[in-house]
Amino acid sequence: MMEYLQILGSEVYKILFLLVPILVSVAMIVWLDRRVWGLVQKRKGPNVVGPFGLLQTLADALKYIFKEIIIPASANKAVFILAPIVTMTLALVAWAVIPMSEELVLSDINVGILYLFAVSSLGVYGIIMGGWASNSKYPFLGAIRSAAQMVSYEVSIGIIIINVLLCVGSLNLKDIVLAQKELWYVIPLFPMFVIFFISALAETNRPPFDLPEAEAELVAGYQTEYSGMMYAMFWLGEYANILLMCAMGSILFLGGWLPIIDIYPINMIPAPIWMILKILFLFLLFALIKAIVPRYRYDQLMRLGWKIFLPFSLIYLVLTASFLFYFDKLPKGNF
Amino acid sequence: MTLSRIFKTIFLVEFIKGLLMAIKEMFKKSKTVNYPFEKGPISPRMRGEHALRRYPNGEERCIACKLCEAVCPAQAITIESAERADGSRKTTRYDIDMLKCIYCGLCQESCPVEAIVQGPNFEFATETREELYYNKEKLLDNGDRWESVLAKNIKLDKPYR
Repeated sequence: MMEYLQILGSEVYKILFLLVPILVSVAMIVWLDRRVWGLVQKRKGPNVVGPFGLLQTLADALKYIFKEIIIPASANKAVFILAPIVTMTLALVAWAVIPMSEELVLSDINVGILYLFAVSSLGVYGIIMGGWASNSKYPFLGAIRSAAQMVSYEVSIGIIIINVLLCVGSLNLKDIVLAQKELWYVIPLFPMFVIFFISALAETNRPPFDLPEAEAELVAGYQTEYSGMMYAMFWLGEYANILLMCAMGSILFLGGWLPIIDIYPINMIPAPIWMILKILFLFLLFALIKAIVPRYRYDQLMRLGWKIFLPFSLIYLVLTASFLFYFDKLPKGNF
Repeated sequence: MTLSRIFKTIFLVEFIKGLLMAIKEMFKKSKTVNYPFEKGPISPRMRGEHALRRYPNGEERCIACKLCEAVCPAQAITIESAERADGSRKTTRYDIDMLKCIYCGLCQESCPVEAIVQGPNFEFATETREELYYNKEKLLDNGDRWESVLAKNIKLDKPYR
């Protein structure tokens, strides 16, 4: 009995060490997002609470905690409450396999990328549940849109991941990063990186693909009926997902925790900092894109996903495979 | 589609241009002011919160002519008057419903003795409706508090009236 408790204790300790930094960084990233958005539009953005407004998200979270949670009378209560919990849990659970450095990873499993892909695909359930359980038209339409959008773009993300896996020869996230020691995959697979990035925007319902929340037509999409802490959980999950997509992008294409060049003063910077810098770089792109692009129409979104990204990534997959086969560069790992 | 259009679409040329422009704009000075801590300039003609002014000797200017009450398009002003012991006509009641008021400035223009004026103050939000039903004491109090600014503004705006 004592042993189990000890194991449980040490695991909980480890998980806390992962979760707390993620939640804090989600808060910071929300602030960064709003601030960058403001700066591009020549506003100031949040700058009152704390130094540079850094504690703005904390204040917002406090506000949400003290607000009343309203559950519509006609809603399916259990599913309605479950939806934000599912969204946030799934967004946080995926972080278990993200390696911040060679040693800093909660669970180093051999099918890391599959796990990541599976969990991020499950994310759509939270949204569908929320939209359906609200029993009202706007959330329902938003949820349907979101589901179609996320499923469509997952297909092209899957094929992009296969592209990377072909070059690596392993599903382990650590191996994927270590395989990029000589050359980051962003260089040979640059078109795939661009498509991955755009698909990640669609996957996380960010502008220009924020159709599920298109406020002009759908009020707030699947979040319309939510209030208080439940809304905040949706919102946290959304940003944790964005951060996750940035982490995935930096692991697959930007060489994870590896330094830019392996020479003396630069490779002295510890690995997690490189990882954080890369995630931040990708997130800054996310934030800038939010500020500059108008929203896509729904048919344009679907056309982009199915008629352009999917065939293009398939063709590129064949090209990569033929190139690797012809030059005899297929990975010969221990698999 | 022309060839150049196809090229532009595939290589996201317009998009990258936009991104670069956004980055450039980020480092320019922001156009907004830090509102509660710094405020923008206010014209002397600003039509903000109302005030009833007094003569330098402390006598209230208002002679209860009721021109402002008559001209007020929102009918926000209510005046009652009586003759005082010294034979002068003064108001016994001067109410402005700040919720009805549309801040058009007609009361100020119609006033022959520059008694009712609209000052530069625009930050008089309250927590209840009742606090915005201004009565004579409140208006006179406003006048006393803002007198220096009001007098200056009237002087500055005189040539244009």
